[in-house]
Amino acid sequence: MAVIRDLKTKTLTINMGPQHPATHGVLRLVIELDGETVVKCKPYVGYLHRGTEKLGENRTYPMALPLSDRLDYVSSMSNNIGFCVAVEKLLGIEVPERAKYIRTIMGELTRIANHIVWIATHALDIGAMTVFLYSMRDREWILELYEMACGARLTVTYPRIGGVRADVDQEFLDHCYKFTEEFPKRILQYETLIDQNRIWLQRTKGIGVLTAEEAINWGLSGPTLRGSGVPYDIRKFAPYDAYDKVEFEVPVGKAGDVYDRYRCRMEEFRQSNSIIRQCLEKLPGGYVLAADAPGYDLATGPRKKPAPPPPKTEPAADGSPPTPPPPPEEPGPAFEDVYVATEVPKGELGFYFISDGTGKPYRMRIRAPSYVHASVLPKMCEGSLVADIIANIGTIDIVLGECDR
Amino acid sequence: MNINEVIGLEQTSFLFQLLIIIVKIAVVIGITMLHVAYATYFERKVIGHMQVRLGPMRVGPHGLLQPIADGVKLFFKEDIIPVAADRTVFQIAPYVAVFATLSSLAVIPFFDIFYIANINVGLLYLFAMSSLGGYSLIMSGWASNSKYAFLGGLRSTAQIISYEIAMAFSLVSIMLMAGSMNLIEIVQAQQQYWYGMYLIPQFVAYIVFMIAAFAETNRTPFDLPEAESELVAGYFVEYSGMRFALFFLGEYIGMIVMSSLAVVCFWGGWTAPPILIKLIPPLAMVPGIIWFILKVYFHIFLFYWVRATLPRYRYDKLMSLGWKILIPVALANLVITSILKFIF
Amino acid sequence: MEPIEIAELIKGKFGSEVKGVVEFRGQISITVKKERILEIMSYLHKTPELYFDYLADLCGVDYMGKKEIRFEVVYHLLSIKYNKMIRIKAEVPEDDCSIDSVIGIWAGADWHERECYDMFGISFTGHPDLRRILMPEDWDGYPLRKDYPLKSDLGEKEWKPFKQVIEIGKKNLVYEVR
Repeated sequence: MAVIRDLKTKTLTINMGPQHPATHGVLRLVIELDGETVVKCKPYVGYLHRGTEKLGENRTYPMALPLSDRLDYVSSMSNNIGFCVAVEKLLGIEVPERAKYIRTIMGELTRIANHIVWIATHALDIGAMTVFLYSMRDREWILELYEMACGARLTVTYPRIGGVRADVDQEFLDHCYKFTEEFPKRILQYETLIDQNRIWLQRTKGIGVLTAEEAINWGLSGPTLRGSGVPYDIRKFAPYDAYDKVEFEVPVGKAGDVYDRYRCRMEEFRQSNSIIRQCLEKLPGGYVLAADAPGYDLATGPRKKPAPPPPKTEPAADGSPPTPPPPPEEPGPAFEDVYVATEVPKGELGFYFISDGTGKPYRMRIRAPSYVHASVLPKMCEGSLVADIIANIGTIDIVLGECDR
Repeated sequence: MNINEVIGLEQTSFLFQLLIIIVKIAVVIGITMLHVAYATYFERKVIGHMQVRLGPMRVGPHGLLQPIADGVKLFFKEDIIPVAADRTVFQIAPYVAVFATLSSLAVIPFFDIFYIANINVGLLYLFAMSSLGGYSLIMSGWASNSKYAFLGGLRSTAQIISYEIAMAFSLVSIMLMAGSMNLIEIVQAQQQYWYGMYLIPQFVAYIVFMIAAFAETNRTPFDLPEAESELVAGYFVEYSGMRFALFFLGEYIGMIVMSSLAVVCFWGGWTAPPILIKLIPPLAMVPGIIWFILKVYFHIFLFYWVRATLPRYRYDKLMSLGWKILIPVALANLVITSILKFIF
Repeated sequence: MEPIEIAELIKGKFGSEVKGVVEFRGQISITVKKERILEIMSYLHKTPELYFDYLADLCGVDYMGKKEIRFEVVYHLLSIKYNKMIRIKAEVPEDDCSIDSVIGIWAGADWHERECYDMFGISFTGHPDLRRILMPEDWDGYPLRKDYPLKSDLGEKEWKPFKQVIEIGKKNLVYEVR
């Protein structure tokens, strides 16, 4: 092979994205290729940056809620739940039992809807076109369920701080139950198409391998982490909503390659389906919104500590005795902070709120799983082939709206 | 027997013969173009129904006029040539693609009395033309001066060279069986069996041929040169309008040529299996062209079916499939065929 | 080991570094000085009975005018093995706006630190590739600082470079400008 080594070769730099069919949005990769082998891969993000964190700091908690829809727009319901759970923890609001169950149902429906989009695009990227349309047909069903519950299909803002916006009716429950009965058959359909397909196996087995240590070290989460064999699932580790009242398993992979992550998500379909089923069976009665849930007027007054009566700053203009001037400001607000992570379909979505006692968060930090997952791309891609980049982008399941925030 | 003999024009002038050939060419091209147009329609319909959707439904009843609408759209689209492109080569490349595949049609015997040319090296000619088709991909990939197109062009070069060999070896067994490279003689030679086709004795060669045919025509699962999700559209990413459509034309004619070749070499061409004719005598009345067309349609359907089912191969796996599996299998088949041929 | 015990442990080991331990809603925050952050972090990561192997989040906070030291870098650490979370806050003063990078301990800190740099201008010593990540490379200012305006002072007017683009276009007569 000495002859080949003496050849003068040059690498080829390719710009993949931000407009590219397989980068799931506006991810941009600058790839250096040696033939078909990737020598270097550098992701660039930020094309969809909308300053969600800054916006959140300038809105009250309920007003910032719709911002969370726009993060991961294929699973907006989960983001809402993540936001609400975090704010509830911050404000110490106890959510009614029925709302918890409804949220769990919605969260799991969203997980199914998200994984459907994932399997659809992932398979389409690898070239299996039919899976895309099969799964989109089923996603439509879930979107119709959303519509039934809240009228919206994509950016729902259905969960609210302290519960959910409206109660679900019997029609929704019936349709949802029918869905859980039918959906396992649909999973089998996807699996028939690709599970044992030799080309699929060749394209996914042994590709993008991350060991458990690497995956933890890189901060991966969700099925991307579990594919490497780490059973870290926030629904089990720190249960929120009704996850501690339902039974489910956390599927984990072994090899940590694209195929194992695919299997993990396929199993999650089944687990989510069973969670929805259990929630529907156990769904308790009662209110769906906590009595002390904050309203939109939160910004006007101090949020908590009602002990000092709210200062009536505006005296009545009819000559009533002059109200005492507002008490002098305290030397500095006591900052209180919570970090609450929820298991959204893509991984760990963490909301870190710092409150200074007003209705607006002093700092709203969003820990987006897609952001972390996109950062691991160079590690997965370097040394593999061009076609594997596509498989790797698919397998980490990123949405750039969430990544760029 | 040629159509000339049938209508008794054996002794007429050269000019008249030329006219006859031109008319035949016009008929073949016309019918092929119509087939290409409706091949796209049926591809969309067939895949649509396989994917639980309807396919084109808007233009005309059941979208029947869709190909015409598409054609009109593509004709009137602006033809953009990138500034950095090599203009001449860029403009020629799509014509090479169409030329190569259209020329292949010249030697295909559609039925016993209708073909444009009856040459003794029919198979060799087809190999040559299908190799020529590869040039168009390389030319367009190179001339576009785009990295994606370039990668697509490189992939197609490697792919077409590798799969040409496997395909040629699989057809050499057919040549050995028939003792001829003339496609008409190959069809006639198949009539000596009661089942009337080489598909059964040469099943292995047929499988190898079909896989190679998928690769030659850049169809899924071997559509790496145009790998939509990786290279966007591969070698023709910079093309637009009519030149873009010409590549598709080339691909679909290529599909028809490959299907016809499969039918001629393995499925007994325009003939029906003698056993079938014996069992159901009225079938002898069915004209050869019907058999031929039905068989070709089946193969084209096969192309669609595979496209709806399989994911795309990866480059290195494609190469190892071609060199490590298909070529050895085709060679082994060739050796066994020759030994059997020598013994009997 | 309970988080509060972990806090005590750190207090014992890095006594002079720890500035305060706060518990709120069951979550422990340990405020530390930034100088020995790398030591504290590797202690938390390496010690077998703590084993905080997962960096859940890293972000900056701007306490402009609210606290003595303006910035804080907040680390959320999680031990997957023991299912314990702890929050470390490292104080970063405005005049020396840098802190050691923890990328050597958690590879996942890479983009978080870049974002923190992008948004707050806190530079991370030892980070191999500290560039802006979410904002354009030529962006002025650090958007998440409290003194950075939510709206531009241009109000409803066009973004400034946009006019320049139009001017260049006019000059080169590349296209008609209305």
